[in-house]
Amino acid sequence: MTRLVLLGLLACASIGVAAEIPPQDRRSGFEFMSPQTQAMQSEETSNPGMLWVADGERLWSEPQAPAGKSCASCHAEATKSMGGVAARYPAFDEETKRPIDLMGRINQCRAKRQGAASLTYQSDELLALTAYVANQSHGMPITPPADSRLEPFRENGRAWFERRLGQLQLSCAACHDDRWGARLGGSVIPQGHPTGYPLYRLEWQNMGSLQRRLRGCLVGVRAQPFDFGAPEYVDIELFLMERARGLTMETPAVRP
Amino acid sequence: MKISRPTLDEAINSFTSGASVREGRVKFEISPLVENGNAVPVSVEVESPMTATDHVKRIALFNERNPQADVVVFHLGPRSGRARVSTRIRLAASQTVVALAETSDGAFWSARAKVIVTLAACIEDISQQ
Amino acid sequence: MTRALVNVPKTAKRGEIIEIRAMIQHVMETGYREGPNGVTLPRNIIKRFVCKYGAEEIFSAELFPAIAANPYMAFSTVATESGTLTFEWTDDKGATQSASAEITVT
Ligand code: HEC
Ligand code: HEC
Repeated sequence: MTRLVLLGLLACASIGVAAEIPPQDRRSGFEFMSPQTQAMQSEETSNPGMLWVADGERLWSEPQAPAGKSCASCHAEATKSMGGVAARYPAFDEETKRPIDLMGRINQCRAKRQGAASLTYQSDELLALTAYVANQSHGMPITPPADSRLEPFRENGRAWFERRLGQLQLSCAACHDDRWGARLGGSVIPQGHPTGYPLYRLEWQNMGSLQRRLRGCLVGVRAQPFDFGAPEYVDIELFLMERARGLTMETPAVRP
Repeated sequence: MKISRPTLDEAINSFTSGASVREGRVKFEISPLVENGNAVPVSVEVESPMTATDHVKRIALFNERNPQADVVVFHLGPRSGRARVSTRIRLAASQTVVALAETSDGAFWSARAKVIVTLAACIEDISQQ
Repeated sequence: MTRALVNVPKTAKRGEIIEIRAMIQHVMETGYREGPNGVTLPRNIIKRFVCKYGAEEIFSAELFPAIAANPYMAFSTVATESGTLTFEWTDDKGATQSASAEITVT
């Protein structure tokens, strides 16, 4: 199979040390897509991700048993209260004393403050709520907070990013720092920025989380992916957000 | 799974009930090279005044190599104002796609396009969906 | 309940040709795919779409499994009078989902 051969070639060639992408060269995955796929994302009326955003808007004000509270009961209008929130996540969680991603935070509110059952990372409801909340940051620059408590976790994320993984012994950096713009099989290797999540991926024919995307890359190098909700994903996201500092939030993005 | 399907020409023939099809009048917009065959944007525009006496009645799409030849049939009329439709289709492989229009005088017009479908690189594990 | 989004201009001049876009959340399971356990997933698609302007049908479509998941369609109509456009999608089992939009024609 051609993709195996290609990955093999890449593995052989990846002996050098990865160099970080200078800020002026940082580019969203959007820039590497065909004009057709770009148009699908840019036009709200044709972006399939907007179906989830619309669903999230409905769920935002839907009361949950047993407390009878909706997100809106406490946060009022998301257009006001949630602007810019996604652009600075993951954030430090006082309760667990570690970083929490946006999906985790929303789930926490559901369980603790609404008294409702928590949702899985792949559920339409959590994808919809997260897409709706993140859409309130659409067009805003990614601005990770200056919170020193996050540092050790971000460093752990960086370590994962630079570590050789899986049977192919490829690091994330080998593809996303060293070979972005090159072709791998049918697709162009993007820089791997988390600007548009949750997003609609044509390959999935569905909406999906960043964790699902990362699982795909881990499986791609023949590594055992972490389970959904694993702390490693949040640490990697922390590092990816710092690496994407200044890029624009695009949720809901569309990717091939 | 082995699937038997009509050829592209057989599918077109059954749509036109054997009437002859002319090239022309149909503008078929589809990228010759697509990133992912799961959602390929297409637009079809047919030259027509779209009046009560002279309009496009149907626009249909057919493919050469999916498990089934039919893709979609649109029904239009004078109230459409313009004979233009867009949608997104699935292409299981690189192949020819045909756009066909039936006008109110019973004539059929068509345009065809060859599309190359590239593969996605990362392997997704579907066990977790 | 699945989500549908329709886009119709809020206002138009009489006689103007307007573009309409409609999108609905649906897997469009082809009936040709295998699930993780090797068993073919049963076909489950939207097979018919109708748009009415007032009481009159102005556009319809028959869909096959080759239409992408979360079907999207764009088409046009002549703005004739103020009123309601209704949209209806019907799946393999005969279940329907509808949406509507108002237009003011001057
Ligand atoms: C009973 C009130 C209540 C309900 C209901 C509630 N929340 Fe919250 N939410 C809070 C409070 C209080 C905080 C602040 C917690 C903190 O800062 O640690 C918060 C924090 C958040 C944050 C993080 C904001 C930030 O600036 O970091 C998000 C996102 C959020 N909620 C989303 C939701 C969503 C989505 C729902 C509905 C599913 C919801 N919340 C339901 C009270 C509520
Ligand atoms: C063999 C090369 C390769 C490796 C190694 C790799 N990726 Fe990727 N990654 C890709 C390609 C190619 C894509 C584009 C999507 C596709 O076609 O699969 C991608 C997409 C992404 C995206 C989505 C970007 C967007 O615009 O939405 C992120 C995030 C990402 N990778 C992160 C990672 C992380 C983190 C790792 C390490 C755990 C990693 N990747 C390892 C090749 C790789």
